[in-house]
Amino acid sequence: MKTAIAERIEDKLYQNRYLVDPGRPHIKVRPHQSPSPNLLALTRVCPANCYELNESGQVEITPDGCMECGTCRVLCEASGYIEWNYPRGGFGILFKFG
Amino acid sequence: MTHKNFDAIVVGAGMSGNAAAYTMARRGLRVLQLERGEYAGSKNVQGAIMYANMLETIIPDFRNDAPLERHLVEQRFWIMDDTSHTGMHYRSDDFNELSPNRYTIIRAQFDKWFSRKVREAGGTVLCETTATELARDSSGKVIGVHTDRAGDVIQADVVVLAEGVNGLLGTRAGLRETPKPENVALAVKEMHFLPEEVIAERFGMTGDEGCVIEAAGTISRGMPGLGFLYTNRESISLGMGCLVSGLAATMEKPYDLLDGFKRHPSVRPLIAGSEVKEYAAHLIPEGGFKAIPQLFGDGWVVVGDAAQLNNAVHREGSNLAMASGRMAAEAISLINSRGKPMTKHNLSLYKAMLDKSFVMKDLRKYKDMPSLLHTNSRSFFMTYPQLISQAAKNFLRVDGTPKIEMEKATTAAFIKARSRWGLLSDAVRLAFAWR
Ligand SMILES: Cc1cc2nc3c(=O)[nH]c(=O)nc-3n(C[C@H](O)[C@H](O)[C@H](O)COP(=O)(O)OP(=O)(O)OC[C@H]3O[C@@H](n4cnc5c(N)ncnc54)[C@H](O)[C@@H]3O)c2cc1C
Ligand code: SF4
Repeated sequence: MKTAIAERIEDKLYQNRYLVDPGRPHIKVRPHQSPSPNLLALTRVCPANCYELNESGQVEITPDGCMECGTCRVLCEASGYIEWNYPRGGFGILFKFG
Repeated sequence: MTHKNFDAIVVGAGMSGNAAAYTMARRGLRVLQLERGEYAGSKNVQGAIMYANMLETIIPDFRNDAPLERHLVEQRFWIMDDTSHTGMHYRSDDFNELSPNRYTIIRAQFDKWFSRKVREAGGTVLCETTATELARDSSGKVIGVHTDRAGDVIQADVVVLAEGVNGLLGTRAGLRETPKPENVALAVKEMHFLPEEVIAERFGMTGDEGCVIEAAGTISRGMPGLGFLYTNRESISLGMGCLVSGLAATMEKPYDLLDGFKRHPSVRPLIAGSEVKEYAAHLIPEGGFKAIPQLFGDGWVVVGDAAQLNNAVHREGSNLAMASGRMAAEAISLINSRGKPMTKHNLSLYKAMLDKSFVMKDLRKYKDMPSLLHTNSRSFFMTYPQLISQAAKNFLRVDGTPKIEMEKATTAAFIKARSRWGLLSDAVRLAFAWR
């Protein structure tokens, strides 16, 4: 019942302003056989829903809607599963209100 | 480039960076401030309650032109279960004073204003510029920063790391650790727009009076977490924060939690008919006193959220950020005016100032709070809220049951859920952590 009335995350992100830096993703997932528990958690915990599980069971990222919160960095950078950087100056999320 | 370009470089134009840059520029130092956003504030998220006193010590006449939303006359604390809330309200006309104590603000606008003040004071502000690495000499002393703009190292006597909770520079240079999942909360937040009169009417406000609600309970589904709802002039900031470790363990989606809070029967009527114009996410440092890293070294200091200077119990962060930024700036200005080098030894003055202030005193007071909430989160955020709601309902419902039986039922419910020993130990531990 609950999920049926839940708002779509895409609709939420649609309200935000972004300046995407084409061809320069600021976060990358390192190649892996199977994801660690924390990496798998990102498919649920990322507030912009950037992480997804592909058909062959690996975690992928599309950082376009990323709000640069750092949650995935805190959970996965130390283990080496992801590589985290800020976008180039001026690019990325642009909060109107914040 | 071998010569020094600036007396000080400030990385970041948030609350702490602006306070530091402004204070140093006012004292005549040559200051360069770097901000990765398009403008100061474009990367920043806050509730946001701004505590006037701290800003007043930096810019006494800020009320003349700072973008302020509402001054707060009422605070509500809610303990929620799925269908009810038990609340405490504090409202006082004394808060309608000449120079109000607390205001709501909108960070993107506020930071832009503060950044203009830095420029007016003579600071050089470079936006759309990400500092990528600290530059150090052979002895390890920090001598400047690399940026993502073409060019050499920008050099200065001292670098103020005001890069916020997710700062990369200091952690990459090994000056402090990346925050641990149990020491940061992820907050998600929406901006709900409504006409000014509608907000005033719904919350019982006149003019630019404002009200804030803070809520805990089953809304965080057993994780340490908090919901908030703050009135701005013509919008409501509504958000929800939970520890990252809690989210990873339960695999809850942060926006599902937020939507649950919004749909709660106590919240829904307050935002009915609003237009949502932004969805934001940001981390909040929650580790408290025990998570504070080394705060100074040869050629560098760290301030604000980057140093975990955040009082999670009182929901204060921006004022600790402004205070630490100002104190770092005063220490640096003093060392500079005496013609002394920015060594670790000399910069320890900053820490000494911080130790004497409310910043460290408050954080030390609550040093055991974070670990208490971690180990007992289900009791504090699930069981107790349900019990409190049940107790209130038992107290208020009139259906012919004798009062003594109602009371017995309430007591029995508490003991059943948590055992006498559990209740007692929770109470004692809470009291000690609060002391
Ligand atoms: C949802 C939410 C609600 C909150 N509510 C309140 C509240 O009601 N009251 C309160 O007092 N506090 C509140 N806080 C806490 C408060 O927002 C922070 O404590 C405060 O913003 C910290 O200020 P800061 O300057 O240390 O960091 P920030 O304000 O985060 O500023 C850091 C700045 O550094 C910039 N930066 C980072 N890295 C680089 C780089 N490499 N190069 C260039 N620039 C860089 C960023 O773009 C940013 O502008 C809240 C926080 C959140 C997330
Ligand atoms: S930084 Fe935050 S929003 Fe961006 S991908 Fe990581 S978790 Fe998602």
